Amino acid sequence: MAEFELKKYDEVPIGGVVTGGATPELNETGDWRSNRPIFDEDKCIQCLLCWSHCPDASFYIEDEEVQGIDYDHCKGCGICAEICPVDAITMVPEGEDSEDE
Amino acid sequence: MSNGNRQVLTGHQVVANAMRQVDPDVVAAYPITPQSEIVEYFSKFVADGKVDSEVITVESEHSAMSACVGSSAAGARTMTATASQGLALMLEIVYIAASMRAPIVMTVANRALSGPINIHCDHSDSMAARDSGVIQIYGEDAQEAYDFTLMAQRLAENEDVLLPVMVTLDGFTLTHTAQVAELLPDDTVTDFVGEYEPLYPLLDVDNPTTQGPFDMPDYYFEHKLQQVEAMNNVPEKFLEVQEEFSDLSDREYSGLFESYRLDDADYAIVLLGSTAGTAKVVVDELRDKGKKVGLLKPWMFRPFPAEEMKEALKEKEAVAVFDRSLSFGSSGPLYLEVSSALSHEDNKPRLYNYTYGLGGRDIAEGHIAEVFEDLENPDLESKMHYINART
Repeated sequence: MAEFELKKYDEVPIGGVVTGGATPELNETGDWRSNRPIFDEDKCIQCLLCWSHCPDASFYIEDEEVQGIDYDHCKGCGICAEICPVDAITMVPEGEDSEDE
Repeated sequence: MSNGNRQVLTGHQVVANAMRQVDPDVVAAYPITPQSEIVEYFSKFVADGKVDSEVITVESEHSAMSACVGSSAAGARTMTATASQGLALMLEIVYIAASMRAPIVMTVANRALSGPINIHCDHSDSMAARDSGVIQIYGEDAQEAYDFTLMAQRLAENEDVLLPVMVTLDGFTLTHTAQVAELLPDDTVTDFVGEYEPLYPLLDVDNPTTQGPFDMPDYYFEHKLQQVEAMNNVPEKFLEVQEEFSDLSDREYSGLFESYRLDDADYAIVLLGSTAGTAKVVVDELRDKGKKVGLLKPWMFRPFPAEEMKEALKEKEAVAVFDRSLSFGSSGPLYLEVSSALSHEDNKPRLYNYTYGLGGRDIAEGHIAEVFEDLENPDLESKMHYINART
């Protein structure tokens, strides 16, 4: 988890409002994943179905191409592996293949 | 000053007219007796082009308040109305509206909660919402329901408050009976309520916000403290709004409760809502006979005006607190508040709790006169007393 300074009740916006609308980038939420998607760039045809189906915006995209997976936010749901038409993503138990990170 | 616009209207019509004059952006509601006609009349105003509001007809009160929260978060001035089971179903989202600081104004036409199923008045519905974070104002008659609905708009949207406000009126007794009420001119209300300027409108795409997010233990407590502070700001702001409203109308509002012949009274009754009208008649009759009796009618139940009420009651000989709802296994909710307000007084009055009017049970002048007679007896038992019930 990222370190945040804990503020007093009157130092944060009311009602739990978060201004800026970009908190997930600051807050790492991928630490409870039990299965890890492994991306095989050689098989990938850049259809971007994984990116469009990911519920957590965990695919790095540059120039409209998948660059890799954001393991700081991926929850390991496996939707990307399921949807990939060329099996370029495989799910492995967390802890195995961690050298691929 | 009076504008002379006195009309004979039902409580429904009066509240619907208040809503029409407020001209909210959105009203999301679901019908339930005895509230339904409020939104029916309002919808007719919309259909007739007399108000520009978007009426969202939903499939339940849970959805009604959910739509209201979304609408309010978007930055729209939002109102709703409900009663009884509807409020119970809505309650989960009422807490969320309060915590998201959504200044939604809602009417509650007080009705008993099931079971047994019953459509008539008591206060068990709104009392169930008393810890939700909503401001609660209780009206005695249609006129007060109208006036408080307008004042509620200003109170809810005050930048130091930003909380939902519930304005209640007794179901059937006030909603379905024709009463004389004076409506302000439309443009007077337009000026009084003003333009709503939301603090964090979700539709302001240039300034994106996340609303209603998850809190871990590290922030939930602080967000609750924000609600505490907002609630603490309410009495002062309510008095300011009352002063402004009193100048617009010929009606004098200056307090968190109404004191009726209370100042020099030895014996007092404290009660909410329409029964105050009956109690005032009894007070007048007993005063004519030389009895020093009075009435305290809280307008505001949340936040509860404990300090002010302590000052008003501490010198009394005896006080009867009337509750129109039960808290099974404990005393009534109004009694608990009054008792708590007086708890640090050394020579506090003898305090008694009376339950009355459950499920629409009548309460007549004679019943109230009997209570005043009870209060003169220093040996009166401290148990819960039930008025006009076959005990």
